[in-house]
Amino acid sequence: MLFNEPNPLETKVLTKRFHLPDSASIDTYLAHDGYQAFLKAAQMAPEKIVEEVKLSSLRGRGGAGFPTGLKWSFVPRTSPKPKYLICNADESEPGTCKDRLLMENDPHQLIEGMMIGGLAVDGHKGYIYVRGEYRYLIEKLDKAIDEAYARGWLGKNIQGTGFDFDCYTHSGAGAYECGEETALLDSIEGKRGIPRMKPPFPAVAGAWAFPTLLNNVETYSAVPNIIRDGGAAFAALGTPKNGGTRLLCLSGHVNKPGVYEVPLGYPMLEFIEKFGGGVRGGKKLKAVIPGGSSCPVLRAEECDIAMDYDTLAKAGSMLGSGGMVVMDEDTCMVKAMVRIMRFYAHESCGWCIPCREGTIWLRKSLQRVHDGGGVARDIDMIDELAKNMLGRTFCALGDAAAMPTISFVKKFRDEFEAHLDGKPCPYEHSREAALV
Amino acid sequence: MTFSPALESRFEKLLTIYPPGRQRSAVVPMLLYAQDEIGSVTPELVEEVAKRCGVQPLQVDEVIGYYSMLHRKPLGKYHVQVCTNISCLLVGGEELYEHAKKTLGIGNKEVTPDGLFSIEEVECMGACSWAPAIEVNYDFHHFVTPEKLDRLIEDLRKAK
Amino acid sequence: MSELVTLTIDGKTVQAAPGTVIINAAKQAGIEIPSFCYYEGLKSVAACRMCLVEVEKTPKLQVGCTTPVAEGMVVHTDSPTVAGARKGMVEFLLGNHPLDCPVCDKGGECELQDMAFRYGAGESRFVEMKVHRDEQQWSPVVYFDAPRCILCYRCVRVCDEGMGVNALGIINRGAIAEIAPNEHDHLNCDECGMCIDICPVGALTSGMYRYKTRPWEMDHVGTICTHCSNGCKTTLGVRNNQIIRGNNRDRSGINGEFLCIKGRYAADFTEHPERLQTPLIRKNGKLESASWSEALSTVGRRWNEIGEGGGKFGVIGSTRTSNEENFFLQKFAREVLGTNNIDHHRTGDVATLLDSLSGRQDALATTQDIYERKAVLIVASDLSQEQPFLAWQVRANARHHGAHIYTVTPGPVREGKIAVKSVISPEGQELQGAESLRELLKAEPELAILFGAAVKGDSIRQLVAFGDSLGIPVKYVALLDYSNSRGALDMGLLPDLGPGYRALETPGLSIDQMLADEALDALWVVGANPLSRYTLASQKAFVVVQDLFLTETANRADVVFPAASAYEKTGTVTNVCGEVQRLKQAIRVTGTKTDLEIIGLLAKELGANIGIWLADKVFAEIRASVPGYNVPLPVITTGGAAQTAAVNGHVPFLPRPDLIQSARNTLFTSGSLGRYSKSLEQVLEAPGALYQGN
Repeated sequence: MLFNEPNPLETKVLTKRFHLPDSASIDTYLAHDGYQAFLKAAQMAPEKIVEEVKLSSLRGRGGAGFPTGLKWSFVPRTSPKPKYLICNADESEPGTCKDRLLMENDPHQLIEGMMIGGLAVDGHKGYIYVRGEYRYLIEKLDKAIDEAYARGWLGKNIQGTGFDFDCYTHSGAGAYECGEETALLDSIEGKRGIPRMKPPFPAVAGAWAFPTLLNNVETYSAVPNIIRDGGAAFAALGTPKNGGTRLLCLSGHVNKPGVYEVPLGYPMLEFIEKFGGGVRGGKKLKAVIPGGSSCPVLRAEECDIAMDYDTLAKAGSMLGSGGMVVMDEDTCMVKAMVRIMRFYAHESCGWCIPCREGTIWLRKSLQRVHDGGGVARDIDMIDELAKNMLGRTFCALGDAAAMPTISFVKKFRDEFEAHLDGKPCPYEHSREAALV
Repeated sequence: MTFSPALESRFEKLLTIYPPGRQRSAVVPMLLYAQDEIGSVTPELVEEVAKRCGVQPLQVDEVIGYYSMLHRKPLGKYHVQVCTNISCLLVGGEELYEHAKKTLGIGNKEVTPDGLFSIEEVECMGACSWAPAIEVNYDFHHFVTPEKLDRLIEDLRKAK
Repeated sequence: MSELVTLTIDGKTVQAAPGTVIINAAKQAGIEIPSFCYYEGLKSVAACRMCLVEVEKTPKLQVGCTTPVAEGMVVHTDSPTVAGARKGMVEFLLGNHPLDCPVCDKGGECELQDMAFRYGAGESRFVEMKVHRDEQQWSPVVYFDAPRCILCYRCVRVCDEGMGVNALGIINRGAIAEIAPNEHDHLNCDECGMCIDICPVGALTSGMYRYKTRPWEMDHVGTICTHCSNGCKTTLGVRNNQIIRGNNRDRSGINGEFLCIKGRYAADFTEHPERLQTPLIRKNGKLESASWSEALSTVGRRWNEIGEGGGKFGVIGSTRTSNEENFFLQKFAREVLGTNNIDHHRTGDVATLLDSLSGRQDALATTQDIYERKAVLIVASDLSQEQPFLAWQVRANARHHGAHIYTVTPGPVREGKIAVKSVISPEGQELQGAESLRELLKAEPELAILFGAAVKGDSIRQLVAFGDSLGIPVKYVALLDYSNSRGALDMGLLPDLGPGYRALETPGLSIDQMLADEALDALWVVGANPLSRYTLASQKAFVVVQDLFLTETANRADVVFPAASAYEKTGTVTNVCGEVQRLKQAIRVTGTKTDLEIIGLLAKELGANIGIWLADKVFAEIRASVPGYNVPLPVITTGGAAQTAAVNGHVPFLPRPDLIQSARNTLFTSGSLGRYSKSLEQVLEAPGALYQGN
């Protein structure tokens, strides 16, 4: 099911079957190239599969943007230990809602992607770690898996290729931190989702201490397309080192929010205009969070930018998970920051001191500043607390909380100052008016 | 402790899908699926899951408070989860949450006296492009307005 | 040996073995990198982030406790960035900390206080409410105050890795994450207090110590635990002549920081209300208080009468009194009373082991050997319950060195969880059990065999023959019950052997023979309670008892002398591995005297001269006359341990394996003495049971 109208300007690669009737069924899938990439890959040398993925310049779609082919090459495929595949379907980064669509509308594409990963690393069991809130998707995935078994696309000696592959779903139960890949591994082992020390990396010692290939839903879903059409063709869709398309999740103050598939490197302002239908109510654009709440915010004047990993990184932000949040001129940036920090404080696993204490004290301090209880030095304190978290926490959650904070304070300091010394939030009135 | 045949067979499968000796992996899904059936994570459930997965009860206790969907107290028959995170916030999620509390006359994580509804302000649930969103139990509702929410609550109340 | 890595820390050139983490490399160079969660011997968790340091050519600060050294690495531990990071971490730590230092047990010896003082800011910038949670009592021993906790996970790790108990976990998430006990609201564990001891702040406090004193008000007296045979150093915290706690934070003894509930808390028998503080004399069938002079002269008079009448004496010594006292006692018996009727409760067959080894002194394992030996075989002992420190050494050896552990026991034991192979063998079939491990053991480079009292007599000879047949170096430990069980044997509290296992021409009566002898005229019991196990056949016997309490035996006495405990005297004791260590007097209990002094005064009463009753003088005599006890004085007097090698050849003794009986003490029992420890009595786990696998 789709929750927003597709846009004719989309470059539909991963979403190309979404509009088909009963798109999630194996019949639809098989009638439209389904599992052909797997059959092709089964004839390829494993090294060649990895090579093809490298060639595609596919980068991790979960948020970190690590080159996927390189990650695949780290798994010791000749190790006598069993190798496992895990799909990170713990989509939780605020602003992000794309994996949901991929699992709902084309689950077999994901399963096929994992199977190809299995061929590449000699892995024969795949687990899809789905966030607990997505229960209906677990049911849909289970149905797709059952179909695949029934039709001989999972199980022993798949379609006579001699390759065995089993696939299972695993439910999370509400924890953003489990989207961090090593925390996810602890979680799938039945423990608290606490990140692990690296090295060893999951490729070498992952789930149950076995070599593990771990990728995001969108990453795995891209793989059948890469194998089928060739890595070069996928790469050519995007910009150099930023291959292919992305599902961008447009939300916030736009006329037509939705998830749209566009090539990497697509211009941000054009995207907001042509896909989002511009800022809602004819208001002026104030800011954009380009890739989920952990990304440093961009001011309107910084938004004339190509959306790929490297360009956004150069601009001091990130493409992240593709969750693009648009904020208009009436948005209280302090309030937005309070809400973002509330999230990180709620989700901090508590393992390390700077994240556990940093997020909660930032939350309290930001709330106080928003509510008029701040004094001038609080702004510097907020900045300092965030900087003392940045790069100093056990895992990236601390960075995810610190980066937006630092950018909000830096870029919208005047708004913080406007809330100090008992002054009411200058946006309360206009925001209420906008909602009426 | 016994569960419905459907849940029993789900547990049975869960204990087979992980590598040998790694049945601890089934702890979290088991707790969540069982909670759906019996309403909350009870002390008996902790013992039972520990026994079935071959772990110490403490190891089950450790995960309960960690995962925010696991609850020790029973929720309403309809658990209304309102997202107020950034994307929803920008388009009225907070107002929707306030409205839901007022309509149902209960606060965060409280249950109506008839046990029918409970409310929880939740973090991003992956419906950002179709915000504001709520989830009632496991059913998503998108582009929710206060009026839409009232109708939904009314319908659920009638359906019981 | 691999090449050393050369790096620079704060301008100093440092060489360290590959794999050394920065925090340890810095330590070698005398540079302290602060940390809370890093703890030597436990897994690193990198949670507290206090040890962040600057490493040139890396963009972020690096974690000192997990980053290994590398060739050419340049580390700065004192740069403005590092100082800023530390200041920030302390600020975060103090954010939710209640800062109730004035009433906190840890105040004055708190690592958080020290860190805040050295690295923290002078002001607090947070104005919001702190997260408060109520204090919880998890057991009579363990209290938990969550707000003070900084979540360094030392307690969780020491309980899991160090103790093998795994009774602590972490519940909740984020700022409200906290440590939790294994039984939801209370603990079911060893009650060892390691979690309390290792806690860097006042989050875990002990029911025995809390709110009693400030650390700086106490004297800290390092002595040897009087309970089991392992000989742990315990540093007693003493205030106003009261022992308030035991610990060994300075890791100054053979046991490092390890202590079990007995060494840490069970010194409370010293202040038990039933403690004897005046001599008692039986008058008209009732024991009544008497003066020391009256009691001493009464005994002197009766013993003279019995002696002059050619009466029969029996002497029973103690497994807890010092070597000096034991030596003095046997000297008194043999030289003054003229009898070899002397014995004690034998808890392990050391004599047969020494005879079997016939002088192979390198075949006796030290406590350090148990930590270092590449393989350890445990036979007929629930080590974690009966020999807690040796069990700690075994676990640490497995953890740190990957030692292979084997067990042959009549039921499940904790060591089974880390064992390569565990064999269940009923008592009496230990050798068959060991035999089934032959091929595995043969493949080991070396071995230590620890065996309980069930292996005695010929079984020991067979066990040693088995060890010899493996073709690898094997060391042995004959496990014993009490703090000076070994010393009692070495000092010759035996009817057939004198000090140093010297054969006697005319052996006397053994303990069972004395008590069964209806013709016995006098029985002298020093620090023992034989009537808890035997009955006294002689109706006429004049019974003299030296003890702390009115035990079953003391109740039968004609004269009772109130004795001082091990914590109230100086002297030496010898542990299960033959390591001699020194007792230091922590307190003095009014009305009591040390057994050494009582023996000396009785000698004086009889007009005999057996020497001066000063422990150092007697020890000098022991060093000069008892083989193996010529241990280096500097080691002993500075609180160290030196292993004795008491025999150099065959031991011509009378085999009495039937007398070898262990009391099978658990973690929560300690013979008759344990009954007078509130700490041991009040924990829910008491008295515990062996071979439950926990």
